[in-house]
Amino acid sequence: MSDLKYSKEHEWIRLEDDIATVGISNFAQEQLGDVVFVELPEVGKQVVQNGDAAVVESVKAASEVYAPLTGKIVEVNAALEEDPELVNQSPTGDGWFMKIRLSDASQLDGMMDEAAYNDFTASQS
Amino acid sequence: MEGNSTDTYTGNRGLRLEEPLIFEQDAPGRSGVDLPEPPPVQSRLGGLDRPDAIGLPGLSEPQVVRHYTRLSQKNYAIDAGFYPLGSCTMKHNPRLNEKMARLPGFADLHPLQPEATVQGALRLIDTLAHWIKTLTGMPAVAMSPAAGAHGELCGLMTARTALEARGDGRKRVLVPDSAHGTNPATAAICGYAVEAIPLNDRGRVDLNALKDALDEDVAAFMLTNPNTCGLFEDEILEQAQAVHDAGAFFYCDGANFNAIVGRVRPGDLGIDCMHLNLHKTFSTPHGGGGPGSGPVVLSEALADYAPRPWVVHGEDGFSLVEHEDEAAQAAPYGRMKAFHGQMGMFVRALAYMMSHGSDGLRQASSDAVLNANYLLASLSKELSLAYDGPCMHEVLFDDGFLKGTDVTTLDFAKAMIDEGFHPMTMYFPLVVHGALLMEPTETESRESLDQFIETMRHLAKRAKDGDAQAFHDAPVHTPRRRLDETAAARRPILRWRPDPVQGEAAE
Amino acid sequence: MRYLPLTEADRRDMLVVIGAPSVDSLFSDVPDSVHLAEPVDLPAHQGELEVERALTAMAAENMAAGSVPFFLGAGAYRHHVPASVNHLIQRGEFLTSYTPYQPEVSQGTLQYLFEFQTQVALITGMDVANASMYDGATSCAEAALMARRVTRKADVVLSGGLHPHYTETTETLLKFLDSTIDVLPPDIDGNEDIAAQIADGTACVVVQYPDMFGRVRDLQPIADACHDAGALLVVVMNEVVALGALKPPGDMGADIVAAEGRSIGNPLNFGGPYVGLFAAREKYVRQMPGRLAGETVDVDGKRGWVLTLSTREQHIRREKATSNICTNSGLCALAFTIHLSLLGEDGFRRLAAINHAKTVQLADRFAAAGIEVVNDTFFNELTVRLAEPAAPVVDRLAVEGILAGVPVSRLRPGDDALTNLLLVAVTETVTDDDMDRLCAALKEAA
Repeated sequence: MSDLKYSKEHEWIRLEDDIATVGISNFAQEQLGDVVFVELPEVGKQVVQNGDAAVVESVKAASEVYAPLTGKIVEVNAALEEDPELVNQSPTGDGWFMKIRLSDASQLDGMMDEAAYNDFTASQS
Repeated sequence: MEGNSTDTYTGNRGLRLEEPLIFEQDAPGRSGVDLPEPPPVQSRLGGLDRPDAIGLPGLSEPQVVRHYTRLSQKNYAIDAGFYPLGSCTMKHNPRLNEKMARLPGFADLHPLQPEATVQGALRLIDTLAHWIKTLTGMPAVAMSPAAGAHGELCGLMTARTALEARGDGRKRVLVPDSAHGTNPATAAICGYAVEAIPLNDRGRVDLNALKDALDEDVAAFMLTNPNTCGLFEDEILEQAQAVHDAGAFFYCDGANFNAIVGRVRPGDLGIDCMHLNLHKTFSTPHGGGGPGSGPVVLSEALADYAPRPWVVHGEDGFSLVEHEDEAAQAAPYGRMKAFHGQMGMFVRALAYMMSHGSDGLRQASSDAVLNANYLLASLSKELSLAYDGPCMHEVLFDDGFLKGTDVTTLDFAKAMIDEGFHPMTMYFPLVVHGALLMEPTETESRESLDQFIETMRHLAKRAKDGDAQAFHDAPVHTPRRRLDETAAARRPILRWRPDPVQGEAAE
Repeated sequence: MRYLPLTEADRRDMLVVIGAPSVDSLFSDVPDSVHLAEPVDLPAHQGELEVERALTAMAAENMAAGSVPFFLGAGAYRHHVPASVNHLIQRGEFLTSYTPYQPEVSQGTLQYLFEFQTQVALITGMDVANASMYDGATSCAEAALMARRVTRKADVVLSGGLHPHYTETTETLLKFLDSTIDVLPPDIDGNEDIAAQIADGTACVVVQYPDMFGRVRDLQPIADACHDAGALLVVVMNEVVALGALKPPGDMGADIVAAEGRSIGNPLNFGGPYVGLFAAREKYVRQMPGRLAGETVDVDGKRGWVLTLSTREQHIRREKATSNICTNSGLCALAFTIHLSLLGEDGFRRLAAINHAKTVQLADRFAAAGIEVVNDTFFNELTVRLAEPAAPVVDRLAVEGILAGVPVSRLRPGDDALTNLLLVAVTETVTDDDMDRLCAALKEAA
């Protein structure tokens, strides 16, 4: 069982101190199909929980990625610019999107753990 | 699958000819035109002469003619076969239209010639406007928009201008789930937030949901009628009443006007504006993606806010209103494009309307609806019908009939290509799963429809019989087979560039 | 009716299959109160001969440009188009094909769009170009929208040398988008200091090259000023034939080029359809509006083409699309591509050289005749200052069978400084005799 938390919008979160690394779940990348482009936020940008943060595109669809948590963008995964396929190959590893310095760690309380998320996606499909 | 035994030395396969890019056929110094030596003069370019080679290839006329002839042979076309593209209305393009549009008295006119020298051109625009207003039952029409989506923008901008003129700063536009993507995109450019309205279980706008969403903050409701499920909105009069009661405008997307020309006038339905796609309803050629033309009919409430320019008929003949101070009581919101409109498309559309006449246009829409219902009746057992009929000019199926076959709507479409048909519209509208939207138009003969029906039945049976791999491999009889769209989008190559090795060798 | 294949027998038989008593019954969802029982009040159908006769009579009421000495420009320049262009674009496989969403049966369209994009990028000196827009004015307006997306700034500065219709089209498209549009006054004398207008909120500066009065200027200083301020430089061109002679905008720091491409391959068409060219720097490609054809391979590894980056477009992004545009000027773009392929490097350069040389000759004749030319530099268009208002002069000469040019007041009425100005364009279609006649006629008004 991993230490990841999941949102209902299919983002995963890995917390280290007050920095949350965020990406999209394996389920989400499977639904999207081949990812061709990721538009990432600017470093330094303030994001709010459930507000727009990034866009992930496949050939036939573009999906908003919402910030699962409120905070400030401190780093984005520049490798995705050249290799968007990392999102498909390693969604919870090299395919991460951004790191957010949290304003309010209590927002994590509402998130699912992996088992709960798996149940959640099973009920969706 | 085609094996090595069919490979040829050239890569050509009989009439199917491989053709490189024009840039790969270059020979410096060659040209397809003969131009005289320019007279010797002192340059007045202010020292900004182009210093380097541009990189355009040199070819002779026969090479260019052969190149583009070969390219043309890699295209499907309505001249060659059946195009059941729902909502796109691929109908026959009469060649009389082409001949008329090329008369020098129309094609060789400058848009800014003195009005006295273009009276016939202004008369043509005025005549076409009369036909359009009569067929739609609307009092005014803005002729300048360059295409359907441009017309949509024109209509919504007119509505916003009219609202602002009465001091009304509404912020939202309502759009059904089944709408064309241009509707929300247009609303966004007009500065409006978009709110989706669901359909009911009969494939029409849910009237109660519409009423619930309507309030004093709604600027307009954008409806396509007949809608993109191929159905007439049978509660449209009630919708119009509700929209107007809320003080909003009723925008109709006229993409599907082809179904009702001569049978229903949109003006009688209570709409305030509607764009027409001349290429859909009035047979101007699709041209591989354009150019279009999108006149917008307007109600009395909106007519004064239409964009410049427009044609007026005065005592001394026709003239153009091009500037705001010439506009009398009207308050145009602006200008849509450089000049007056798509004249070349106007000539074609009028030639078509005059050929059909009032009686023929009504017969054409009747035949379009008859053909679509014939497909519905003939295929509803083998495919899965999304909503009960009767339908209008197009019929919507979903992918239920493919369940468990491992064949997708896309696979099915690609197999249709091998059978010699262009696929129908797929995955649109978004309201049903794996949509297959078929529009036969009035152009298809019964024989052509019967062949299509038998082909669909055959393919549906093949899918159910477990022949999924053949569908995954399709198409195999085309100049190219399935193309890697993922690779194209990940690392876009959007232009030809000279081979770097050759470039170095040349230096 | 010649366009309708169904016979009465077909219709009867098909209704039986449908199980409907009549075609009318298929329209049962239409409320009775609005169902028309009879055809509307318009003329009945006619044969080809009758339609041709009526429309030919309408065409004959007009003075075709090619029938008289002709000097109009101002955004639409008359050029000779080789016969093979018109022949090829009327091949049914081009004329009557759909948008190339099914690439396996649209390689012809996709390949010529790829060739078109390459040609546009080459002549403008830019990295990439799209598959065309409605016309030059809408390209210009879309360029301003794109600059707003790229810079995330709102405001736009429009040069006084920009064609007034382009200014108005841009103002219209941005009308409801919280953008301050700074429109500079007409730049008759060519001393506009547009760099001074750039502010923190400026998304782009739009200049025209050559400008509406025909003048050419080095754009690099303006580009530098834009880039220093984090704004983009949009360069508009009315006359792309100029690119056969002039340094391209891409060599002078342009970020976006928005041009009218109709001069190549297409007739004047009384204003439409035209073909907007749209080119940009590669780094901005995902913010570009319009269709794009891209290279890829098929499952057998063979090179082919597809429409790509379509997630920018309205059918996918809906309200978040880069533009609401759902079309390109396909057939006009094809005509452009074929004509430019026929011209090639040598032909394109020579065509431009002829245009310029003839314009120099006319300027020299004007000088000799004492007719004042306002612009000291030009490609193929001159601004002439007459001693009286230009519009009545043009109307008078039209009666004499000379289409002398475009009065600037036609584009911007009510400005005293412009009333006497006449725009005169010269292309390869103008003869020495035409120039003599114009010169003699204008001498009286000078």
